[in-house]
Order: sequence, then structure tokens, then C-alpha cells
Amino acid sequence: MSEVILQVVGSGVLWGFIFVLSALGLTIIFGVMDICNFAHGDFLMMAMFLAFWLSVWPGLDPMLSLPIVAIAIALLGVATYWLLIRHVLKASGMAQIFVTFGLMIFLRGLAQALWGADYRSITDPLVQGSWNIMPNLSLSKPQVVAALCAIVATILVYLFMTKTRTGLALQAVSEDKDAASLMGIPVQKMYILAWIIGAGCVGIAGGLLSEFYYIYPEVGMVYGFLAFITVALGGFGSIKGVFYAGLIIGMVQALGGFFFGSAYQYLLVYGLYFVCVVVRPQGLMGRR
Amino acid sequence: MTDNNLIKKLWQRPSTIIVTLLFLFLLVVPKIVTGYYLHAVILIIMYATLGTAWNWIGGFAGQMSLGNAVYFGLGAYATACSQLWWGWNPWLGLLLGIVLSGIVAFLIGLPCFRLKGHYFAIATMAVGEIVNIIFTNWDAAGGASGLYLTIKESSLLNFQFASKVPYFYIVLVLLVLATAITIWLKNSRSGYYFRAIKEDPEAAKALGINLVNRKLMAIILSGTVSSVAGSFWINYMLFIDPPSAFLIMTSVQIALIAVMGGMGTVWGPIVGASIIIPLSEGSRMFLGGTGSGIDLVIYGLLIMLVAIYQPGGIVGAVNNYTKKRQSKKKATLKAVQEVSE
Amino acid sequence: MALLELHNVTKRFGGLTALDSVDLKVEKGEIVGLIGPNGAGKTTLFANIAGYQKPEVGKIIFKGKDITGMPTHKIAHMGMARTFQVVKPFSDMNVLENVMVGALMRRPKVKDAHKKAMEVLEFVGLSEKADFLGKELTVANKKRLELARTLATEPELLLLDEVMAGLNPTEVQAAVELVHSIHKQGITLLVIEHVMEVIMPISDRVAVLNYGKKIADSLPKEVVNNPEVIKAYLGDDAVEDGGAYNVGN
Repeated sequence: MSEVILQVVGSGVLWGFIFVLSALGLTIIFGVMDICNFAHGDFLMMAMFLAFWLSVWPGLDPMLSLPIVAIAIALLGVATYWLLIRHVLKASGMAQIFVTFGLMIFLRGLAQALWGADYRSITDPLVQGSWNIMPNLSLSKPQVVAALCAIVATILVYLFMTKTRTGLALQAVSEDKDAASLMGIPVQKMYILAWIIGAGCVGIAGGLLSEFYYIYPEVGMVYGFLAFITVALGGFGSIKGVFYAGLIIGMVQALGGFFFGSAYQYLLVYGLYFVCVVVRPQGLMGRR
Repeated sequence: MTDNNLIKKLWQRPSTIIVTLLFLFLLVVPKIVTGYYLHAVILIIMYATLGTAWNWIGGFAGQMSLGNAVYFGLGAYATACSQLWWGWNPWLGLLLGIVLSGIVAFLIGLPCFRLKGHYFAIATMAVGEIVNIIFTNWDAAGGASGLYLTIKESSLLNFQFASKVPYFYIVLVLLVLATAITIWLKNSRSGYYFRAIKEDPEAAKALGINLVNRKLMAIILSGTVSSVAGSFWINYMLFIDPPSAFLIMTSVQIALIAVMGGMGTVWGPIVGASIIIPLSEGSRMFLGGTGSGIDLVIYGLLIMLVAIYQPGGIVGAVNNYTKKRQSKKKATLKAVQEVSE
Repeated sequence: MALLELHNVTKRFGGLTALDSVDLKVEKGEIVGLIGPNGAGKTTLFANIAGYQKPEVGKIIFKGKDITGMPTHKIAHMGMARTFQVVKPFSDMNVLENVMVGALMRRPKVKDAHKKAMEVLEFVGLSEKADFLGKELTVANKKRLELARTLATEPELLLLDEVMAGLNPTEVQAAVELVHSIHKQGITLLVIEHVMEVIMPISDRVAVLNYGKKIADSLPKEVVNNPEVIKAYLGDDAVEDGGAYNVGN
């Protein structure tokens, strides 16, 4: 049993890092502007589809098309801000929730209408197979690559937010946008930057995920939801929080699936979220 | 306002007259409309009820619930399971559904009300997913394939009828009841308190309003009435499975109906259902079903447009328009008065 | 037994001690003024009394009952009402509806609350503006509205938080008269104020907070000449000059 546990834990950790990467963007956008992008999962889905079609023509492997996908989704984020979010910044919370919810449904429907509901996957990906680290531990190569990218991305984003002037400006806006604006920080530009980083991160996550996971319109549903849970558990707005929460969720999901069967793996995650809500509503490291 | 004044005032509003006429018309609808179209009307009325129930927690108490389908599903499953396991009469099953939904609503509300807007929405979605997973894997409750209700002799006691017509009248009664509750809520102390809570919770507390109790009342009411709709549904369709009961999309549809029609208004959900359900059914039939995605594209656009341009919904927009006209009238009157002095 | 008693109330926020062992008594029928430099902890004291915050140490006793940490709405039901430093009218409800929300606490029937609300509006002088929306009022009228709303709850003790802030001299006069009328109705008042010319004449007693500590608690005349108080407001030099305020008798 212990041999299998190691495998389960290893797999859980790798998935955890992927959750971290997909949730990172969400928590940044929320932290800076208090908006929860319900369409986040569908940004991921769009990234995956883009990576897929780029692999069909001009035949780029997702690992190679990563920068293109990241930029494309970052642009999608900017467009979302400019066309939608900007108009509801001063509106009620309900309007804000609904606008990104509408976007979520719109994107999902669009994918379904354009490409159908079939499952697709990358044929002959660049990174495939697995490393047999130990007799009982076999790690999927693309997952390891994705996890490494996630760690690198998290560190880079964290450093950017805390050590660069622009990053600190972003933090200032998230604390008090009026004070920040009085100090000469261009708030709207910061908002756009938040969406660039946020959407860019989830774009990278989608690209990496497409290397080894199925691509289909509904994929945004589960992963988007997991991203919300990760952010909520870690604390909306906290990068460190998202990191720990992602790993915890990855482990809970893997161990839960192992002990209770794959049908119930998410049940434990949602249950854990609920316990967190009751015990510590602001999440592990949240401040609100 | 005395109760007599309230009734008098109600009759003066054009909306009341329109609605009464509509209601009288509805009474004779089954004579005119049959078959699939009658089914569509039943759907509209049922969703209008669900939207009205959502309004109590979403519009009045201001807590965005994206999990009302849970109560709907529980109502359906309570009826189905109690019949399957214990041979219960569907009306008893309906009562069981009410009790279960009330408890679930209470358990969700108590810890989650302190969560801010989007947190609460996510929490309600999480509950929806949890319940979905449980029922999908619960073989005794039909699992993923769902449950069929045994066909019984047509009678009110058995809550089954050979023709659609009695179902129509039952669901209409349900809508009337739900609407009556909304009107009562709006004009009672609760109505004022809900508005105060939405405007400024801190000030509301200082005026003796118990926020948690008020919101609990709203969510329990919302859950129990939604559950009744679910019990109706299974007695009508004779079948239930997790996707038709607990899908987040169903919850979203309910919320959309209320928001688009007019959050916090009495007639909003009815208006909303009259638009959304034909849209959804129409796109299902003519645009290749929900698999095609085009209905989702339209939904999504609708939601975004409503959120940006008219968060008050259709009824909200109408109310704003009449208010503007009224204040223009007032201003003109005042100006005339001042001139003549 | 005093209407309101504070025993050793201490409130900390992390490392910051906002309130330090504050003792205070407010007898029924009094008007007690609460003054102190900015940041002294006056509004924090209100927040703790009214149940928005809970002190780490100490007890708050209202009408003989320990209300420390009791939820705000329960305290309101017991007969304590408060206004807010930054007015909080219900913007999209009209003046009458605003006051009705207050009146509904003691009169659950809408009809009765309506009557009471009209009475209160008459009392504060807002009857003509009954169907103005909360957001359409001037600052002075918003303050009047907030007073009306709290009065509609028929309180025994009213906490006023800087009611005069932002009012011009005419409006201040009107506000002082209103406060007098409220007092005449038998309502006990605890008033935070910055405008000295206002609070000194109307108060029976004045308590002074500085850095969370109560440094004085006596008749207005005595407080004004208290060297500690002068030091708190004006610094050490001012003490030599022998008193900064001259309250005309």
C-alpha cells in the first residue's frame, strides 16, 4: 500500500502545482480589483484550444507555442477588461458577478458551436512518457514540466509583485485605489496590467495542460471551479495563499480519489472548501 | 398604509391590471393551447416560480445564490426516493422535500452569509456540485441513470394525471402563491428591512435589524418553495436524474430569469421566464439542441448585456421610466405652483 | 445605577491600544460630552459600546445588563441608538421610508410605523421632504434624517458621533436646538464633538480621551481649565498661558 501511496502523493503534488498556476491569475485580478472572473476556467479552455489548433497548423507543439498562447490569452484578458469589466466597476456586486458569468457561458457556447463537444488531444506531443524515479514512483513528464513551469511562474510573479516598482504599484492599487491614484499611479493602466498578468498566467497553464490532458469545451468548468476553490481557500488576493492552497487541493484530490474512488475525489475538495468557509472565511492567507 | 389602502393602490397601477388580465387569460389557456405548447407554458410558469423564489434570496436579501437548483432537485428526489423506498404518497414526498430543503438552506445560510458576494456565489455552486456528485454515485437513488416514478392511476391524491391540463392548473396555483408571498414580503416589515440591509448593513444593524435571521428566513423560504416546484416537476415528468436536477446551468438559468426580468421586483421573474424559456426551448428545437452551443452563446450575450446596461432588468427599466415621468410631472407641477404664487 | 457604565474598557488592534482602561458613567437624563484630539479613540469607544467591536478587557453595562460583546441589533432593541460619523442614509429609499425602517423596530406593523415615522419627521423638521430620496438631501438634512431614523427606534440612550461636522454656523445652531429638544424628551445623550463652542454649553459633564485614556471627566468649566486637557490639544507650552478656551458663562 505504501508503494502506491507514494505514487498518489507524487501525482497529487504535480496536479497541485498545475492548480496553483491556473489559480494564480485569478487571485491577482481579484487582489488588484476585487473582481472574481467567473470566466477564468474558460480562458483556460480557450488557451487549450488555441494550443491544439496551433499544433494542427502550423504544427507547433504546445510547449513551443506557449508564448503565443500566453500572449493571445493575455489579449483576451485585456479585451475582457476593456469591453466588459470597465463598465461594471462602479456597479453593484451582482452586476460584476453576472458579467463574467455571462462571458463564461458565452465562451463555452462559442467553443461548442465552433468546434463541437468532442474530446481532443495533442497527437504525438513533444514531451511525453514518464520518468521512473523510483521503483514505485513514476512521474508523467509533461506533468513534471508543467509543475516546474508553474513553480517558475509563481516565483516570477511573486518577485514582480514585491520587488519591482510596477509590482508595488499594483499592490498599492489593490490596497487603496484612491490613495494610489492620488500618488500618481495610473489606476486604469494597473487594472489592464493585472488582466494581462492574470490572463497570461492562465494562458500558460492552458498551454501546458493541453500537452497531456483532453481538450473540450467543458474542461473550463471543472478547472475553473477548482481555480475558484484554490483562490478561496488560499485567500483571495494572496499569491502565497494560492501556492499552499493549490498544493493542498492537489493532495486532497489525489488521496481522496485513491481512498474513496475517483468519483468522489472532487467531493472531498469541495467539502474541504466548506470546512474552510466555516472555520476561516477569509482563506488561509486572505485579508478580507 | 392600511391594508385597504394597499389594495386600492395596487389596483391603480397599470401593471396590476395587465397582470390580472393575463391571469384571467391564463385560466382559459388550456382550452386554446395543447400538446407541446402547453408543455412550454407549464415550463414557463414553473421557471417563473423558481425565479420568484430565487428573488427572495437574490433580489431581496441580496445574496447571489447560484445553487437554487439544489432545492429543486431535492424536492424531486425526495418524492421519487420516498416512493421507491417506502411507498410514500407523492404529497408526503413533497412535504419531505420541503423539510430537507429547509434544512439544507439553513445549513448553507448560516456559515455562508458572512461571505461577500462572489464568495457566497462560489459556495452555493460548491454545494450544487457536492449534491450532484452524491446523487450521481448513489445507486439506491438511481445513480447516474436517475429514477422513474411508477405510473399510477390519475388522481389528485396520486399527483398524476393523464392529461397536461390539471398539471397546468397546479403549477399556476404555485406561481400565484409564490407571487403572493413576494407581494406580502415587499409591503411588510421584511420588505423594508431587506432594502435597508442591501443599502447599508451597518446602519441596518444599528436600527435593530437582525441580519442573519432575516437572510435565513429568505433562504429557507426560497429553498422550500423551489423544492415544491421540484416535487411538481417529477410528478409531471415522471423522471429525474442528476443532470436535470442539479446542474449549475439550471441554477444559472433560474438566476438569469430573475435578474433579466427584474431582480427584487414582483413581476420580474414572470417576465424573465416568458423570454428565457421560449428562447431556450426554441434554440433547442431550431438551433440543434443544447449540444450546438448557440443557445449558450445567446444566453451569455444576454447576461453580459443585462449586467452592463440594465442590471435592474426589464421591470427595473420600466420602473425607472415611470419614476422619471412622475418626477418630471412633479417638477412641472411645482414650477407651475411657484409661478402662480 | 447609571444608565450606562463602562468599567476598565480596553481595546487593542494588534500592537495598538486604542482604548486603555476607560471608566465612564452616564446617568439617566444627562448629556455627556466626549471630546479629545483626533485619533484619541472616541469613535472606537462608540463602536465598542454599540456592539460593533468587542473590548479585550472590561465590561459595558447598559440598564444594569452586561452588554459587552452583545450583537449590535440586540443592543438597539434594548434602547441604545447611535448615529455615524459619516452619515449613512439609505440612498435609494425616500426620507419617510428611511425613518420607517427605524420605527419598525418597536412597531412591527407597517401602518403604525408609518404613523410614528411621520411624527418623528415633524419633530426634526423634515416632513416637507418626506418623499425625497436619501441621496437627494443636503448634508445637513442627511444628518437630520439620521437623527430622525434613530429617534424612531424610541431609544433611551442616544450616541451622537460628530453630528456637527460639516455644518455651517446656521446649521449648527439648528442642530444644537434639535439636540436640546431631544434631551427634553427624556433621552440620555452621549455626544462626541469637536466643535468646542457647541459641546461645552450643552453638556452636563464632559469626558476627555487622549491616546485611548480618559484624562478628565468633570464639569465643562473644569475640563476646559484642566492642564492635562490643554496639553493634549495644544502641547506643553499652552499650559503656561493658563487655559486656551474661554467658555463665556
